[in-house]
Amino acid sequence: MSTETVAATAPAATAPRRGGPAPRQGLPKPVARTIRYGLLVVFVLIVLMPLYVLVVTSFKSGREIGVNGQWNLPETWTFASWAKAWTALGPSFGRTFQLAIPVALISSLIGAANGFVLSRWRFPGADVVFTLILFGMFIPYQAVMIPLRDVVSWLGVAPGIPTLVLVHTVYGIPICTLIFRNYYATIIPEELIEAAQMDGAGLLRTFRSLILPVSVSGFVVTVIWQFTSSWNDYLFAIFLSNTRNGPITIALNALAGAQSPDYAAAMAGALITSLPTLLVYVLLGRWFIGGMMAGSVKS
Amino acid sequence: MRHRRRTWIPGLLLISPSLILLAVFVYGLIGWTVNLSLQDRHNARPAKGYVGLDNYTKLFTSDINDRFTHSLKNLLVFTLVFMVGTIVLGLIWALLLERRAKAEGFWRTVYLFPMAVSFVASGVVWRWLMNTGEGDNAGGINAIFHGLGLGFLESPWWTDPDWGMAAMAVPAIWQLSGYVMALFLAGFRGIPEELREAAVVDGATTFQLYRQVLFPQLTPTILSALIITGHMSMKMFDLIMSVSGAQWLTEVPAVYVWQTLLTRDYAKAAAISVFLLLIVAVVVVPYLIHVNRSEKRS
Amino acid sequence: MRLSRRVAALAVAFGTMFATVACSSSEEPGEGTKKVEVFTWWADGGEKAGLDGLVGVFKTDCADYEFLNGAVAGGAGSNAKQVLASRLQQNDPPDTFQAHAGAELSDYINDDQLEDLSAQYTEWGLTNAFPKGLIENLTVGGKIYSVPANIHRANVLWSNKTVLAKAGIAKDATTLDGFFADLDKLKAAGVAAPLALGKDWTQQMLFEALLISKLGAEKFSGLWNGATPWTGAEMTAAINDYKRLLTYTNKDRDTFDWTDAEKLLMDGKAAYQLMGDWEAADLDAKGFKDYGWSVFPGNGNTFQWLADSFVLPKGAKNADGTKCWLKTVGSATGQAAFNQKKGSIPARTDVGTDGFPAYQQAAMADWKTATQVPSCPHGSACAQTWQGAVGSAQGKFSSDGDVAALQTALASAAAEFGPKK
Repeated sequence: MSTETVAATAPAATAPRRGGPAPRQGLPKPVARTIRYGLLVVFVLIVLMPLYVLVVTSFKSGREIGVNGQWNLPETWTFASWAKAWTALGPSFGRTFQLAIPVALISSLIGAANGFVLSRWRFPGADVVFTLILFGMFIPYQAVMIPLRDVVSWLGVAPGIPTLVLVHTVYGIPICTLIFRNYYATIIPEELIEAAQMDGAGLLRTFRSLILPVSVSGFVVTVIWQFTSSWNDYLFAIFLSNTRNGPITIALNALAGAQSPDYAAAMAGALITSLPTLLVYVLLGRWFIGGMMAGSVKS
Repeated sequence: MRHRRRTWIPGLLLISPSLILLAVFVYGLIGWTVNLSLQDRHNARPAKGYVGLDNYTKLFTSDINDRFTHSLKNLLVFTLVFMVGTIVLGLIWALLLERRAKAEGFWRTVYLFPMAVSFVASGVVWRWLMNTGEGDNAGGINAIFHGLGLGFLESPWWTDPDWGMAAMAVPAIWQLSGYVMALFLAGFRGIPEELREAAVVDGATTFQLYRQVLFPQLTPTILSALIITGHMSMKMFDLIMSVSGAQWLTEVPAVYVWQTLLTRDYAKAAAISVFLLLIVAVVVVPYLIHVNRSEKRS
Repeated sequence: MRLSRRVAALAVAFGTMFATVACSSSEEPGEGTKKVEVFTWWADGGEKAGLDGLVGVFKTDCADYEFLNGAVAGGAGSNAKQVLASRLQQNDPPDTFQAHAGAELSDYINDDQLEDLSAQYTEWGLTNAFPKGLIENLTVGGKIYSVPANIHRANVLWSNKTVLAKAGIAKDATTLDGFFADLDKLKAAGVAAPLALGKDWTQQMLFEALLISKLGAEKFSGLWNGATPWTGAEMTAAINDYKRLLTYTNKDRDTFDWTDAEKLLMDGKAAYQLMGDWEAADLDAKGFKDYGWSVFPGNGNTFQWLADSFVLPKGAKNADGTKCWLKTVGSATGQAAFNQKKGSIPARTDVGTDGFPAYQQAAMADWKTATQVPSCPHGSACAQTWQGAVGSAQGKFSSDGDVAALQTALASAAAEFGPKK
């Protein structure tokens, strides 16, 4: 069963178009089509509704800001709140890149190596090991959070971003391993590995010269996944960092949760916070959708 | 035989750093938390000794106002609404897009985009949308209902003592339905085309085609979706913290842990965390075993 | 678009973003720094103004050091306390932090997280500068661990004069019954929710003010030192009155911070709000002039106090700088500069009333003569564990109004976290 989901992995975009006979329709075609696209539009409006409120509020000023007139367009457009939000979030914005980029790259690389071994270069008990790794993906992090602080400070990792890089990388290993394992299980023919083994090519050489070059699509998926989840994380951030040395979610929460919150600045801040991950989704979403499917544990 | 052994040793070596890290950071720390949950460490000073399962039983017998049971109830309501909501909405979207809609990429991207946003960021706006004012004071979604003359739909949202947690699930549904849609799309596309063709040749209507041929093929997808949304909901913390803040009405175990840690009751926090882990394990472990078995069969 | 082109586009986009932030320097204080990181929850309004005033004095008195603002915003410090707890856990303490004097401070002392400041008290001549009662409250096991910056009063009822006038209320009520009568008048005059209220700790404050009226100052203090039981019929009656009081408040209280409730008062949608006297400074800072104040009806001359104090945490990076900060906080000039803006009154008794706004001059006079009682939500009466349990119970009551359950919960909380006899 594993093949079908993985077939839709990264190369999903190039999946062959379906032809074949159409089923008998219950409704006349134009009516069905109107309903279908009507629904699609309605859902788009619903999904975009929060985004609309965010955008219009962020450009409002003074008395216009308020729950009551929140659906109205701004009478006067101003960038003041954006400037204010940027002042509050700027430093942590940079820090979050320093967090999310290393996390995405390192955990993807580790995941690729693990995935390769577990899919094609198996060892006795590999299934049990794989299950144990996977379980790490599902644990509620509260169950490790209390001692985690002590362990990282005992290890001598600096508080703030370095600590968070370590933690996100480690807890990202399970999902990256899973994605690459499923990916390699479909794209690499068994014979290729056997040939390499016969050839006497070492594992590392096989991995480096045969496997890595065809792993780009897998990397796109894990990099995006890890980038977004470490960018958006709040739980680890609030336990292991603070507004001074932490990522942007902490700074945004401080901005939005202030005693006399400036709602326009909070909304502008929410948009600034979401911009990088949104860009990733809009530009690479196509490849990602396929990848997420592989990311799901399927049977 | 010697040759075979030689070939798997490097594989084990390559993944051993990961195994060590996970052994320490997942299983080691869980062990540590379990150990802590059995002690009487109720402040920042070292524990005086072990108290057995007291910290667990106290959660059910002597927690003030049955606070823990209340948080479990909240979690249950949230989880049910969240799972049903994402799966229904995700399925509808997948059905709408499944047969190659025009501009499919556009629809898909829009439906999926909330997933890119953090709960902390979307909490900022959902706090507004779920404004509790009604009638002329209405704001947010209530204002839309009011404006459309649907005043009866106006709701106190998450401040409702009984069903508040259902409202709290709304932003989560918004966020993750797109993901579930993607899962279903993959599921649909994994169904061999011959099955559809055969059904169509047999003269099945669209409804029959889905009901009798396609949906049964989606069981694994639905199972994945349930597991993924279910375990996410167990961990739900960011969303609740940014929409309502920590308070009685919307307290779930994950938030309770945080509140307990703030008052430095480490052993109690550990006990709640371990309990949460057990709930997740009861669902996930059989699933992982099932996945493992069915992979071996194929 | 091909994948590689999209990846390139993304790289360009991120590169640009990164470049724009690369120049923003890190605020991280390093070892051996001249910076003193002062951790507070005074991030905006009158609180920020007060902090700025204090920083002004610090800049001249401690020119060798640089002030680093570690403020974390959030109602009554709840967010800040969360951050602080995790920083202390991570052994990454700020150079100094704000903590409520009294029982709350004892958490940090018991957990061995603070340095003893007794020697500094002698050196800086602080021992006789503060009232004896306050010093007693700060002393644990013969040692003093913090320097109080101010005194706040918690049991003040703020009002919107215009709204009161419209309903024909000319005089402040002095009894609870009188207050209920006024609230009814306001309701009859079309003010649907005349008493503005926020969530969790603001509800605790209202409840405590009412308890002072019902039980009297002495019995109220007894609740926190174990002399007064939580189980009696008097308490049941008080909770019933509190339940009645809640019917005059805004229903969406659980979504409100105290400033949101304050806005109801300013907008004339409510007539009253019970809040600490930081509200005066905040109303002034927001340019709202039309407010009146009185002690909560039935509280008589009871002064429910809370004090912000600063400490020297163990492991502070710049202990010398912190000491200079603490010296400034304890000095008469520092206290004057701070309190004139913050809306509180100096903890020192030797600061003149000149330069203080009207409300504070009155409070300074009251402080000398009034009966003093502590506050639980603001840490002078109870430790954080107790505070948490009471807060949770009040939150439940706000949603279900179950009188018996609240009383049982409060009694259990006192039994579990209160003083052990």
